[in-house]
Amino acid sequence: MIKAILIFNNHGKPRLSKFYEHYNEDTEQQIIRETFHLVSKRDENVCNFLEGGMLIGGSDYKLIYRHYATLYFVFCVDSSESELGILDLIQVKVFVETLDKCFENVCELDLIFHVDKVHNILAEMVMGGMVLETNMNEIITQVDAQNKMEKSEAGIAGAPARAVSAVKNMNLPEMPRNINIGDISIKVPNLPSFK
Amino acid sequence: MALKIVKGSIDRMFDKNLQDLVRGIRNHKEDEAKYISTCIDEIKQELKQDNIAVKANAVCKLTYLQMLGYDVSWAAFNIVEVMSSSKFTYKRIGYLAASQCFHESTDVIMLTTNQIRKDLSSPNQYDTGVALTGLSCFVTPDLARDLANDIMTLMSHTKPYIRKKAVLIMYKVFLKYPESLRPAFPRLKEKLEDPDPGVQSAAVNVICELARRNPKNYLSLAPLFFKLMTSSTNNWVLIKIIKLFGALTPLEPRLGKKLIEPLTNLIHRKIHIFSSHKMLCSQSHLIVSLSRIAVLISLSSGMPNHSASIQVMKYLGLLAMSKILKTHPKSVQSHKDLILQCLDDKDESIRLRALDLLYGMVSKKNLMEIVKKLMLHVDKAEGTTYRDELLTKIIDICSQSNYQYITNFEWYISILVELTRLEGTRHGHLIASQMLDVAIRVRAIRVFAVAQMATLLDNAHLLTGNMQRMGICEVLYAAAWICGEFSEHLENPMQTLEAMLRPKVATLPGHIQAVYVQNAAKLFATVLKNQEGNTDSTAAQETSQLMIDRLPLFVQSANLEVQERASCILQLVKYIQKLQQKDVEVAEEVCALFAGELNPVAPKAQKKVPVPEGLDLDAWINEPPSESESEDEQPKAIFAKEEPKHSRPRHTEVDEKELARRREARKQEQANNPFYIKASPSSQKAYQEAPGVEHIPVVQIDLSVPLKVPGLPMSDQYVKLEEERRQKERADKKKKEKKKRKEKRSGRGRKHDSGPESEEDITPAHMVDIVTEEMPENALPSDDDDKDPNDPHKALDIDLDKPLADSEKLPVRAHRAAEAPKSPAEDGEAENAASQEPKKKSSKEKREKKKDKDRDRKVRIKWQKDYKSSKHKKKKQKKEKEEKEKKKKKKHHHHHHHSDGGGEESVQNGTVEEEEPLPVSVYDIQGNLQDGSQVVVSVIFENKCDSFLKSMEFNVLDSLNSKLQRPEGSGPHDGLTVPFQLPPGVSNEARFVFTVQSIVMPQKLKGTLTFIVKNEDSSTHEKLDFKLHFTCTSYLITTPCYSDAFAKLLESGDLKCSSVRLEGVIMPFHHLLARICFHHHFSVVERIDSCASMYSRSIQGHHVCLLVKTSGQTVSIDAKCDEPTLLGNVLDEIKQTFSQC
Repeated sequence: MIKAILIFNNHGKPRLSKFYEHYNEDTEQQIIRETFHLVSKRDENVCNFLEGGMLIGGSDYKLIYRHYATLYFVFCVDSSESELGILDLIQVKVFVETLDKCFENVCELDLIFHVDKVHNILAEMVMGGMVLETNMNEIITQVDAQNKMEKSEAGIAGAPARAVSAVKNMNLPEMPRNINIGDISIKVPNLPSFK
Repeated sequence: MALKIVKGSIDRMFDKNLQDLVRGIRNHKEDEAKYISTCIDEIKQELKQDNIAVKANAVCKLTYLQMLGYDVSWAAFNIVEVMSSSKFTYKRIGYLAASQCFHESTDVIMLTTNQIRKDLSSPNQYDTGVALTGLSCFVTPDLARDLANDIMTLMSHTKPYIRKKAVLIMYKVFLKYPESLRPAFPRLKEKLEDPDPGVQSAAVNVICELARRNPKNYLSLAPLFFKLMTSSTNNWVLIKIIKLFGALTPLEPRLGKKLIEPLTNLIHRKIHIFSSHKMLCSQSHLIVSLSRIAVLISLSSGMPNHSASIQVMKYLGLLAMSKILKTHPKSVQSHKDLILQCLDDKDESIRLRALDLLYGMVSKKNLMEIVKKLMLHVDKAEGTTYRDELLTKIIDICSQSNYQYITNFEWYISILVELTRLEGTRHGHLIASQMLDVAIRVRAIRVFAVAQMATLLDNAHLLTGNMQRMGICEVLYAAAWICGEFSEHLENPMQTLEAMLRPKVATLPGHIQAVYVQNAAKLFATVLKNQEGNTDSTAAQETSQLMIDRLPLFVQSANLEVQERASCILQLVKYIQKLQQKDVEVAEEVCALFAGELNPVAPKAQKKVPVPEGLDLDAWINEPPSESESEDEQPKAIFAKEEPKHSRPRHTEVDEKELARRREARKQEQANNPFYIKASPSSQKAYQEAPGVEHIPVVQIDLSVPLKVPGLPMSDQYVKLEEERRQKERADKKKKEKKKRKEKRSGRGRKHDSGPESEEDITPAHMVDIVTEEMPENALPSDDDDKDPNDPHKALDIDLDKPLADSEKLPVRAHRAAEAPKSPAEDGEAENAASQEPKKKSSKEKREKKKDKDRDRKVRIKWQKDYKSSKHKKKKQKKEKEEKEKKKKKKHHHHHHHSDGGGEESVQNGTVEEEEPLPVSVYDIQGNLQDGSQVVVSVIFENKCDSFLKSMEFNVLDSLNSKLQRPEGSGPHDGLTVPFQLPPGVSNEARFVFTVQSIVMPQKLKGTLTFIVKNEDSSTHEKLDFKLHFTCTSYLITTPCYSDAFAKLLESGDLKCSSVRLEGVIMPFHHLLARICFHHHFSVVERIDSCASMYSRSIQGHHVCLLVKTSGQTVSIDAKCDEPTLLGNVLDEIKQTFSQC
């Protein structure tokens, strides 16, 4: 069984937390902090397994993690899961690649702003602490179908809302300021905030 | 209308959505908390609006805030609202929020049952999917029970997407509602061969989880899995199946052989399946693979540049080895060097794994060497966590199985002392407890230990030097205690006493100071004793003066314990000083204060003290005051059988013989074990013989080991010395020296071979006497008390191969026709089931028992015996006896809430002079709740004569109303054969089923028992007439009822009234109630002073309500029932009960 799936960045800020066992909010935050503390102090070239922190159940549970650029993906599992299996699940076939496909070159910002979508993708992969599907294509098909449904439900009424959110996104401070067209580089002035 | 929608959505555009919230939080880095609190206020406003879109948006934001650690449970109801939206978009948001923050104690969950059921049967597969996903996170026992059947239907849905989710969620349902396992299992099994790989994988997943906890129930699936393993290509499924086989093979050795081939194939195909192959350990044949793992590790350790994936393999290899170690320690031990190398790895996870392995690898031979290596690592290790881990491991390794591998305890003490020099460890108390344990249990080492501890105390400033070392100062606790308790071994007690009373001590934690003070007193006694022999009494007086000077410091301590002890001892010393000044010899008396030996007591000893014969721990010592029980429950608690409060098996059941046998066996075992020496000198003896020198097993100390090591010892010395000692020993053996060794040297005969030394050859440097921990006399060896009674998997240990019974069907939703929603019995039962589910029922039998218990209530009536008219005079006597019997039974129930009708003894009703076989005496009538017209009568037949009884036939003359159920094809007057024979003095129980049509009247049935009495020479046919008395109360079933349901029932007006008065009842009111409860199967609903309401229900569903009032000796009972005749009869019977007493 998988007890928890956590994604946090290099500073320990949670980007996604999914607990398959109930803890209250404070304990959840403590677990995230403790896990971050355990994982972040490890070198890059060491193995991806370690024993769980005290809060999550100690040495009966294993933390299996991967570190990508700014993000840590951590699965906390018990002895019935195969370590390599989970490691594969995070990367090679499933989780990160699905995110990559769904967000087109996923980066931390995608996870920050669309945590609900990440949850929906995760729900197609792991359910109630057990692995539901390991086939990436199948997951993507289901996620796409659901997104399509969502869009069709929004219909016309949803259009203005989408437009507004597009306008809002225009104002993102993260928007690129340099656009290179061939040799000429045009400086886009830093737009003042609309507020 | 359309305009309104558009307007709503335009309004909505300017609401903050999730992205805005996230952006806002990022822009308010400085005052994040403040910003979020304003956002929460906004969300609260949004939740108040009617527009579901606005609500959904708010809930979506709440989900994000929940991740950041904000409690959002206050919005639980709004989440349910959003869940019940008809639009998928919102539904999904709602379910996501619910899955993140709902849990078992969220009360709105019960509102969701119908919504979830609706979603599960939705035509849109994603609605169903989202509901299943959500449910998997917050399923409760109630939801599981109510929805189990719906989910089971979904397991054969046409869409594989739904099927796989439904299959997977079943595991969660099983956990919460174990009763569903058996009915659902066949379908689950079917899904193993589902055409869709996803469904298949889900089914494998669920069965693996189930089988991991209770493998034996799943052995029958092995062939199926075997097939899957050879055919499947899905790695995930393969890994799971191999894990499953890992759990199954220990139970079925033949499986192992079969598995070799496919597994080896798999290994060749994919190396990475390796990791899951921990099952290898169960087969010696597969040791081949072990060497591969070893190769893998050596390969990876040989590589110069450690890439992460090689680290991964190394880790997995070590993990696999630790599993193999359990069954094949030898083969792992050969890789010792490799594993020790891993201790140097830069990866902490790998080091920890290697440490785990070392634990299992030590032997007498290599313990010192391994610990030495570990000590080196302790010095090198930088991170405190790893160092602490090393420390605990060293202690674990050394102390495992009762110090089995330690040959030289002086070495061990010095190791412990060395460990105290670690900086900043948290494990001071661990070291301390080891020191205490060793010093107490190994008598031979005390002299050495005391010397070491004295040194420690002397150098205490090293340990308490800086605050960071606070953890380690725990050691001083042990040191002080050991020095005090065994002060007779101290070289220079005066110096130690001085050290213990230094002002610096006051900076130690309170509990340590307390020990210091107490043990200073012990030391003082020893010092006095030594000094009193001298002619010069000034030395003794100086010692007293020292105490008087130093103790006031502790008297001022802020710690209560220290203060109390110090002031107490201070006064004592002052008094002693006074006596000393008068030249009175006091040493003897002072020593008596601390005389006697403290024996180690096993941690579980208290729990294992058996309950003495005749002591009933559940009996009231004083009757509880009647005022406090107005809340009702109390009488019910005594009589209601369905509340098993004590799940722990009671020890008293074991008979004396068995106890003695076990005790003997245990003694035998201990006697045979060279490391156990019975703690024979009891404390009193030790006290009488003062410093009982004879009792201390004399230690033959090797001359090569110096007794006193000045300063702190170096454990390394011991390694060397040990080496030399062993060598010398071997040399001695070679020469076959003729000098007689002292017998005490070794308990075991040694082989005189000159080959490499085996485990047994290594003799301990000391003949070590490890005192066993004391257990109470008669303690029962039992292992099961370690198990966690709350483990949810225990309830899932269910036999799956047994065919399904009708009663096991999952509850199906149906319109309630017969049962009104407030029907107390129904509610009560549901309540019962819910509350009992998670507990007990680990075995099939228990299940069965429980079922019996729930459905049938035992009714007992009298056996009216009419056996030859001449015996009528015996009748009265018999009745009395039965009465007694009943009381006995009452007690019986009181003790064992599980009591089953079969367990009772029969009344002795025949007498020897009659010389006649009188087989029967007691019977029970059990109403069957399931079938309102069935009654089960259990009869216990007992053979009281000296002859053999056979061919017993039981026959009852049917009345219009009641019929004995006979097998098909037999006539209405045929008897039923009793399915057993009775040798002399034997009793047995048979059950007969009766069909009863109307239960409103009591009735008597006449019957005959015919049987053949067989003597050595002749056999005669005999006949016994009897009457079966079916009273009306025997159709009543004790059913709990709650006061509100009871009130509604009375208000409903369907019930007819009747009343009765009892005069001259002289018994306490609660006795009276208890009597009604017991004899007439009522339960108390509510009790207020001298007035109580009671409830019961007949097997055909009649409600019977009583209002019992008492004033003086008059008891009035007002009763209501929907069947007046029944009520009248029940009241008559109640009256009769009280007229008899």
